[in-house]
Amino acid sequence: MSDNNQFVREVAEKKYEYGFTTDVQTEIIDKGLSEDVVRLISQKKGEPEWLLEFRLKAYRHWLTMEEPKWGHLDMPQIDYQDISYYADPTQKKEGREKKEIDPELMKTFDKLGIPLEERLALSGTAVDAVMDSVSVKTTFREKLQEKGIIFCSISEAVKEHPDLVRQYLGSVVPYRDNYFAALNSAVFSDGSFVYIPKGVRCPMELSTYFRINARGTGQFERTLIVCDDNAYVSYLEGCTAPMRDENQLHAAIVEIVVMENAEVKYSTVQNWYPGDHEGKGGVLNLVTKRGHLRGANSRLSWTQVETGSAITWKYPSCILSGDGSQAEFYSVAVTNNYQQADTGTKMIHIGKNTKSTIISKGISAGKSQNSYRGLVKVSAKADGARNYSSCDSLLLGSHCGAHTFPYMDIHNDTAIVEHEATTSKISEDQLLYCNQRGINTEEAVSLIVNGYAKDVLNKLPMEFAVEAQKLLGVSLEGSVG
Amino acid sequence: MSASKQYTELYAQCREMIASHSAPVLNALREEAYEALQTLGFPTQKVERYKYTDVEQAFSPDYGLNLNRVSIPVDPYEVFRCDVPNLSTSLYFMLNDEFYAKEQPKAALPQGVLIGSLAEYSRTHSDLIASHYGRLARSHKDSINALNTMLAQDGLFIYVPKGVVVERPIQVVNILRSDVDLMVNRRVLIIVEEGAQLQLLCCDHAIDSKNFLATQVTEVFVGENAHLDIYELEETHTLNKRFANMYVDEQRGASVTVDSITLHNGLTRNRTDVTLSGEYSEINMYGCVVADKEQHVDNNTLIDHRAAHCQSTEKYKYVLDGEAAGAFAGRVLVREGAQKTTSNMSNANLCATREARMYTQPMLEIYADDVKCAHGSTVGQLNEQALFYMRQRGIPEAEARLLLKFAFVGEVLDSIRLEPLRDRLHYLTDKRFRGELSKCEGCKLCK
Repeated sequence: MSDNNQFVREVAEKKYEYGFTTDVQTEIIDKGLSEDVVRLISQKKGEPEWLLEFRLKAYRHWLTMEEPKWGHLDMPQIDYQDISYYADPTQKKEGREKKEIDPELMKTFDKLGIPLEERLALSGTAVDAVMDSVSVKTTFREKLQEKGIIFCSISEAVKEHPDLVRQYLGSVVPYRDNYFAALNSAVFSDGSFVYIPKGVRCPMELSTYFRINARGTGQFERTLIVCDDNAYVSYLEGCTAPMRDENQLHAAIVEIVVMENAEVKYSTVQNWYPGDHEGKGGVLNLVTKRGHLRGANSRLSWTQVETGSAITWKYPSCILSGDGSQAEFYSVAVTNNYQQADTGTKMIHIGKNTKSTIISKGISAGKSQNSYRGLVKVSAKADGARNYSSCDSLLLGSHCGAHTFPYMDIHNDTAIVEHEATTSKISEDQLLYCNQRGINTEEAVSLIVNGYAKDVLNKLPMEFAVEAQKLLGVSLEGSVG
Repeated sequence: MSASKQYTELYAQCREMIASHSAPVLNALREEAYEALQTLGFPTQKVERYKYTDVEQAFSPDYGLNLNRVSIPVDPYEVFRCDVPNLSTSLYFMLNDEFYAKEQPKAALPQGVLIGSLAEYSRTHSDLIASHYGRLARSHKDSINALNTMLAQDGLFIYVPKGVVVERPIQVVNILRSDVDLMVNRRVLIIVEEGAQLQLLCCDHAIDSKNFLATQVTEVFVGENAHLDIYELEETHTLNKRFANMYVDEQRGASVTVDSITLHNGLTRNRTDVTLSGEYSEINMYGCVVADKEQHVDNNTLIDHRAAHCQSTEKYKYVLDGEAAGAFAGRVLVREGAQKTTSNMSNANLCATREARMYTQPMLEIYADDVKCAHGSTVGQLNEQALFYMRQRGIPEAEARLLLKFAFVGEVLDSIRLEPLRDRLHYLTDKRFRGELSKCEGCKLCK
């Protein structure tokens, strides 16, 4: 037992691996939020009039709203005037052209394992790297362009493909949608824009890497993915932040439009700084993610591995409008120490013969709270809708909580909707079995947890799955006493 | 004017009248309830536990209230013959909110067992009732509690002292009877002491086709190692609105079964909160709902595991036809320290028409690690293969559908431990599915 305690202590003192900061000259605008700030952000990004109008409308609407309180979360008070809404680390140093990337930045992304040099990259993944409010670099753009695929930061897209952006921006998540969506629509900075033209199968994985670096800032990125008829794309998202004592706000929007017979896979490995073992600091991850399956037989799958953030509050959702469309949601959410998560999905069935699957695995340890909240709605016209949901929770430790709040609103007699959930602790039989075979408890827990989460991890692209598996191990270290 | 104001103003005007026709123990909590209702108002549908039922709308119409306690000339023994064959019960009646005391069953109750008017007993046994009344159904927690506590003048009191086993089930028939639209606020207090046992069957009927709005707040105290089975059967009509809150508190080793069966109704909202305060206590909750036309049934349950080694089971089944709306929200809360908890919840629903709507929300909230909790919920139709199988064997489709529906709710009905009641309910649901609803043979009302 003493060995065990020793190990626990060591691990507890282990620091968040990605918690370093980068010393790079960053242009940060003054803290506070007002119409002037919204105008300033728009001006800095050189945006057209219509986009500024969009932002201002969103900002004015945000002012009329109240911060939601219904989550199963103990949210700290967020002072929206104490955040800087724009930070640009690509500010040129004297004597260097803007085009060149500061070597410090390159080093940062290397350290994070995200090579920005195309020659160094593992084949098959194009990366858009975003630090604070600005996209640092997007790799393999030219190669993708040959196929007609657009993959760039949203700021560039606004300039280069204004019609496309204007057509789809806010069409899935309108600025009125919720408090944080309105905030994001007012002050959003960089994010990725992806357009896959008709009939094109994207030859490589597209990936965006988000990093918060500057102190006292929030990140408000915006991602827009449009997958036209018969096209396919697999998109990955990763994120980290340095260790800070204060809570940093991350309020992003992801919008996905899927047309006829098209397929989008969206995978997230979320590893924002979770706060220290006393619950100090950490990122508040309040994100609105939604996909609209517009075309017939379109497919969308969300896969998420959530291990970071002090508070995670998001529901990647699908609106299944196209007849025969299919949506999937696979999630592993791990909370440790004082982390809190209230996450799940919404499946809104509108088209006929639509099908959705929800597999959610929650793992709580330490003093954390982990909730699954999900909605399955079958509208009156959605004949033949089918849903299967399964939510399992695993409890490691007697001070943590695991909660399930599924909602099912069924307005159609031909729908078949099933939901099941279980909550339990790790089986002592399984632990004993591993111990008997010389596997120590810590490793055994890691093994069992990985097995438990396998249904979801299997859905991740290969490189991501390996990372996620390691992450699961690290996040849970020290949680078994 | 908001609906709640209508009632608080009525109370402010009729304070003295209400109190003078009631008892001091009941009057003691009225002012607090009045203040609570003023603060709370009626919940909107944005309030999580009232998401599926529009309380404001239900309470808006102007109902008459019998605050002056004008007696209603009716002999329930004469008009009512809804007995369960072969089940010899001690039969009692509640007329609106009044205990019918003129005539009582001949079979004597065991020594010390009390059953009768809450107001009457609160005069003779004031300590016993004062120490329990309003302890579970707190006014500031729920508007229906507040309204009921503010206006209820009488109700039912059942007391089973320590170690007494009531062999013969007690049947209480609630009859709503009025010549005008009427609101009834009934209060029920049940105390089952250590080691005692009781089986209670409550049937709700409305004999006049008037608009009725009945609120009922039931508080149930179950002592150590006591056993209590409560069967609630509603067979009213489409003009009837029922808001029933039941609070159960269980001590160590207690075992309680609550069966709630809605066969015919207008709008029904049942809230059942069970607190497992003592270790090794057990709760079984079963529900069966058959609804069609524009009927609305909303069952909202909370099982609060406060102690270790407790068990809870919940099973609710709905069959919705016509434009009926069903809602089930069940929450199981396992508090920190309530280790070795076992909890199972299931809710299965059949929607037979396009217009029928079902909302289901099975929730688990768990703060202890050594637990086994599961819930499952389904919404669907009858199994096509099973239908096909039966038709192959010469059973007409309509009959096959009936058989399947019958089997579907059978699982819940089979959980009833009183055999004659179980048989009777099988019979009643079968008839209900055939459309011959709530016409009980031998009952003069239904003829």
